[in-house]
Amino acid sequence: MSEEDEGGGGGGPESDIAPPFSDQVLENVLESVLQFLTSRRDRNAASLVCRSWYRAEARTRRDLFIGNCYAVSPRRAIRRFSCVRAVVLKGKPRFADFSLVPHGWGAHFYPWVVDMASSYPFLEKICLKRMTIKDDDLSLIAQSFPFFKDLSLICCDGFSTVGLAIIAEKCRCLRVLDLIEDYIEDEEDDAVDWISKFPETTTTLESLVFDCVGSAFNFDALEALVSRSPRLRQLRVNHHVAVEQLRRLMARAPQLTHLGTGAFRSAFPGPGGGGGGEPEFDLLSSFASSKSLVCLSGFREVEPEYLPAIYPVCATLTSLNFSYAYLTADELKPVICHCHNLQTFWVLDTVGDEGLQAVAETCSDLRELRVFPLDATEDSEGSVSDIGLQAISEGCPKLRSILYFCQRMTNAAVVAMSKNCPDLVVFRLCIMGRHRPDRITGEPMDEGFGAIVMNCKKLTRLSVSGLLTDKAFEYIGKYGKLVRTLSVAFAGDSDLGLRYVLEGCSRLQKLEIRDSPFGDSALLSGLQYYYHMRFLWMSSCKLSIRGCRDVAQSLPHLVVEVINDTVEDGDTENVEKLYMYRSLEVPRDDMPPFVKIL
Amino acid sequence: MAPDNFGLGFEETELRLGLPGDGEVMKNSAKAKRGFGEMVNLKLQFSTRKDEKTEKAKSANFLASVNDPEKPPAPKAQVVGWPPVRSYRKNIMTVQAEKSKIDHEGEKSLNGASLVKVSMDGAPYLRKVDLKMYKSYQELSTALESMFSCFTISNFDSQGIKGKDFMNENKLKDLLNGSEFVPTYEDRDGDWMLVGDVPWEMFVESCKRLRIMRGSEAKGLAPRAMEKCKRRI
Repeated sequence: MSEEDEGGGGGGPESDIAPPFSDQVLENVLESVLQFLTSRRDRNAASLVCRSWYRAEARTRRDLFIGNCYAVSPRRAIRRFSCVRAVVLKGKPRFADFSLVPHGWGAHFYPWVVDMASSYPFLEKICLKRMTIKDDDLSLIAQSFPFFKDLSLICCDGFSTVGLAIIAEKCRCLRVLDLIEDYIEDEEDDAVDWISKFPETTTTLESLVFDCVGSAFNFDALEALVSRSPRLRQLRVNHHVAVEQLRRLMARAPQLTHLGTGAFRSAFPGPGGGGGGEPEFDLLSSFASSKSLVCLSGFREVEPEYLPAIYPVCATLTSLNFSYAYLTADELKPVICHCHNLQTFWVLDTVGDEGLQAVAETCSDLRELRVFPLDATEDSEGSVSDIGLQAISEGCPKLRSILYFCQRMTNAAVVAMSKNCPDLVVFRLCIMGRHRPDRITGEPMDEGFGAIVMNCKKLTRLSVSGLLTDKAFEYIGKYGKLVRTLSVAFAGDSDLGLRYVLEGCSRLQKLEIRDSPFGDSALLSGLQYYYHMRFLWMSSCKLSIRGCRDVAQSLPHLVVEVINDTVEDGDTENVEKLYMYRSLEVPRDDMPPFVKIL
Repeated sequence: MAPDNFGLGFEETELRLGLPGDGEVMKNSAKAKRGFGEMVNLKLQFSTRKDEKTEKAKSANFLASVNDPEKPPAPKAQVVGWPPVRSYRKNIMTVQAEKSKIDHEGEKSLNGASLVKVSMDGAPYLRKVDLKMYKSYQELSTALESMFSCFTISNFDSQGIKGKDFMNENKLKDLLNGSEFVPTYEDRDGDWMLVGDVPWEMFVESCKRLRIMRGSEAKGLAPRAMEKCKRRI
């Protein structure tokens, strides 16, 4: 049924008739039991039992998760759930990350924060993903929620260091400030020194992540802040921090468990470093003293001669992110050979198949691997291939999640992974050259992906690529019964492909498709499924206005958005971008001129 | 190598990671910086440069894809948002690539400048100079002096043969025995040399970065400088 917070799909019964006294007692008892229920899916199920349970569940829900900010209005959510302490809100469709959604599309945090400010005085946590949040919104958070503790902004935009300064200064109980891959609106020269705005007293900070804040900051202020934050366990700094400064921070916070190292190079160039002495050795002693470190990231502008400094912590590391570090296989090997306990590893493809082989040899406990391309273009050489994938599958049988960018792949390697790694939950393979077949047999990649859905019985997320026929989709529809998220690009032959998926994948929630030959007839074949899904995105397919309008008319609770690149394009028959999602509300009124709602 | 195919009318056929309608928005808003980063990314790919130094894998063809003579000279038209790597990541890698190019090669950047980093022992920050802005060692010396005015630098302009700025042995020895600072530079071979060795134009071509060292530390460089001097004569 519905995965959303609204439980049973429709609006649900209103609790305006007071129940009899005995029922009231029962409800109170129920409430004290239900507060132990934390999973939102369990809560959704509980809320469907009867009105009494619905009311009790609504009063005890502390964590509000809204997977699509336009699926429900703030008013409606607040009316049902009155005692919320933590809110998670997601906005733009994921393809916005790849510049497919024009700027100004929507997903504004403002209407939410305005309503929550008056209704949730005890709010402690806000987590936003792909939303637009302005400095004024941050200011409203700071002044409206006296118990505010955790702010996480992921892939958001619209705010600047001005807003950060307000949060730092006014949120006295701040525990978590995690800024992850956001676009900060400052020009470098206008940036505010927000780090200096934290209160002078001992803070309750546990996590401070700001590697995406591009502007320079007052380092002394940061060092002082770290010194007076005894609970700090996660610190990820930006690239304005070099190793000499990193050492100082590490000295102040030996209890850190998660460290983002900034620019892993000396502040001074030249032999021996400008400051004299041996910075590599000094850095080594810093790491040797940080006995609690389990997660390392950063390594921007890395100078490989500093890498040996991390050897003392390698054996205890469970997570290592080298994905911004240009490292060759020879530079990776001496590091990775110590990392026996690694569970999460992100890396650039510059390490090549050879580097991945080294990973496979040591990291037998690996659960998540992401291999990013240095050169993210279709024609790039590509340094990793099926050989690396095969090696990983053989060395890392516990693998649960993989994201792999490459230029050359074979069905055999993918099949091997499907058999060697049965625990796979997330399989995302991106063969960067469009429509590329198996590099040895020249055949489509159907069999490889087919094996994945067939053998990996826990698979919930799949991204496909390479040359794919309708056969691949037949496999996915037939075997991908648990798949919730599917990403398709430049694949398929006909409408049949999309039909297979819509009819077969009964748990499908999020479907994003680009540049594939699926048309109106396939779109219309899915009418009975769209209310069960969070959204469908289709761009550069074969859809027309007529087909989309038919869907909109058949399903009143589905918002059907046609997005154009410019306002002028809006008059053509062709639908370039379709984004449709279920909603309890009338369609939004904040859309920009290039969005048409049918 | 076909960078010139994209020289004329490039703006017209400009392929950007943003959407066509986005251009105007991007120019006016704060996102302009980000947009530029995306556009620069594409430019660097098209203007592939054959790299002479094959031993330094890092500096070689950082973003170039066309090395193979059998491949067609023009890369395929890039599709928006493909491969699906977040703009955030792409921007970081672009900036790092540019920085690395400047650090490792001291090469011309996109606008024809010859920017090199200048560090001074004991100074808390580095500076950057565009060597093409100066015509002689004297001019550079003056500029550096004003940049690092709190420290003293020796004047490394040499006397000697008219028209050629060669360092003579005696002056060198005087310099190195003092505790003054001396300017040194890293050349294309990766060697650290004393500034003033070679004709100015040759220096600009070969200099990758500058370091103003304490005189006492620079002694080790002198023999090498002398050797290279003698070989050239």
